[in-house]
Amino acid sequence: MEQQSYIENIQQQLPEGATGSQVVRKNRYVIDIRTESLLQMASHLYHNLRFRFIIASAFESKQGFEILYHFSDDEAGSIISLHVIMPHDKPEVDSLANMFSGANWIEREMREILGITFRNHPEPEKLLSEGNWAEGVYPYRKNYKS
Amino acid sequence: MANQKIIPVGPYHPLQEEPELFKLYCEGETVRDIKWETGYNHRGIEKLSESKTFEQVFFLVERICGICSTSHPFAFANCMEEIAQVEPPDRAKYIRSIVGELERLHSHYLWLGLAGHFLGYNTVWMWAWKYREPILDLFEIISGNRNSYAMFKIGGVRRDVTGDQIALARKTMSDLKKKNDLLTGAVMDDPVIHARTKGVGVLTREDVMDYAAVGPTARASGWDIDVRRDDPYAAYDMVEWKVITAPEGDVFAKAQVRLLENYESIKIIEQCLDGLEKEPEGDTEVKVREIPEGIGTGRAEAPRGEVFHFVKTDGSNSPVRHKIRAPSYVNIATFRKSCVGQTISDATISLAAVDPCYCCTERMAFAYDWHTGRKIYDGNQLVELSKQKTQQIIKNNA
Repeated sequence: MEQQSYIENIQQQLPEGATGSQVVRKNRYVIDIRTESLLQMASHLYHNLRFRFIIASAFESKQGFEILYHFSDDEAGSIISLHVIMPHDKPEVDSLANMFSGANWIEREMREILGITFRNHPEPEKLLSEGNWAEGVYPYRKNYKS
Repeated sequence: MANQKIIPVGPYHPLQEEPELFKLYCEGETVRDIKWETGYNHRGIEKLSESKTFEQVFFLVERICGICSTSHPFAFANCMEEIAQVEPPDRAKYIRSIVGELERLHSHYLWLGLAGHFLGYNTVWMWAWKYREPILDLFEIISGNRNSYAMFKIGGVRRDVTGDQIALARKTMSDLKKKNDLLTGAVMDDPVIHARTKGVGVLTREDVMDYAAVGPTARASGWDIDVRRDDPYAAYDMVEWKVITAPEGDVFAKAQVRLLENYESIKIIEQCLDGLEKEPEGDTEVKVREIPEGIGTGRAEAPRGEVFHFVKTDGSNSPVRHKIRAPSYVNIATFRKSCVGQTISDATISLAAVDPCYCCTERMAFAYDWHTGRKIYDGNQLVELSKQKTQQIIKNNA
């Protein structure tokens, strides 16, 4: 119950755009959001609530491409993940790297391994695969064959 | 921009001899910007993990890093236990914390030795590495290996720590305390080390928050975060210890945080050994039959900061997606702040100050001429520059 009210409290403070939230386990929460509201949501967690950005995990599923942006509330010892789903044919989302530099590398990495486009990325060069990997080959996509 | 030269450091790094390229954009002696290139040794561990069973993944992630080899299995175990909803028995928790803290001790000594070497203080290097040896010997006796201990499994640990080993661990810890006193004194009271490290490579609290830096890098900039306390796992909430912070954010503060953390690690290990002795017949694992479908996040405080693992499962015996974030991945990016405005000879120690671990992050550094693209310094020459600066300070002080 306490867990439920913790996440509901955060969700209530969020601007319009959160479509649901779930308590995955003790101190582990996922907030589902629409891709277009990512900037607003992340800004609220980072600037207003002063949560620490940990990293983002991206993967391909039946629904499309999914990203979980993990934030840490170090005072409460919890992890809050913002969850976005992008369609298979248009994996595109706004970049968070202009908000905090911690997102710079991971977004470039996600672009290289999964082919997700990050709009307005301040430094859209390759991170891992400069000169090494073929263009348009994304090794973490499900249809990738080595 | 017109007068800038690029100094490349890497692809073999001057400090760790691992592949990584930093490009220092310099104006005269001053570093104006820094960029890096990586991917020279990308091993595709996250992808590989999807083809392994959960039991095998432990051995895979253990090989991400040769120095903090236990921190990845630690975070992975926390993650899988979250998905399986099991809690290891107390004895396993104590053993996990002992292994984790022994690793922090040997890793911090390794860093201190390297930092000494780069400053031209080879005595500190040799002492620190000499005192690190008994810790590795202890690891060999406990786990059979000086490194890659293979102690972790879902639900507990693979080996018990028993009578003779506990006695040896106690003796090693009490000896180490005196040696740490000696090293702390040698570093903290030395006017030349002060001159080379105070006010050098400063990261403000805002910088570390912006880059999401973790571990001693964040704590030395006054950001009081430590997963062991904030989101306790293993036996960290069953023992008394404190988080060490320093507000200055320079190289000296980072050394100070690490040296004082060694005392806390010794304290934690001694209390965990008490816990093991109190209940000598306790279980070391709980059986886990199945891993259900779901997602899990596990973290552990490695010597360099928080290690983060995310796993998505589908009810089979392999991960569907395994995301790993090593602390150096976020800490190395802070170079852009800590090196800019510094002289080239200070850049070496500023780069070393976050204790970068390339096998975890896999990315390199050089000095190039901006116009001709000609290499100006290589790694060894940069270390030489740093040593010359120390010699100059000693001469001036004399």
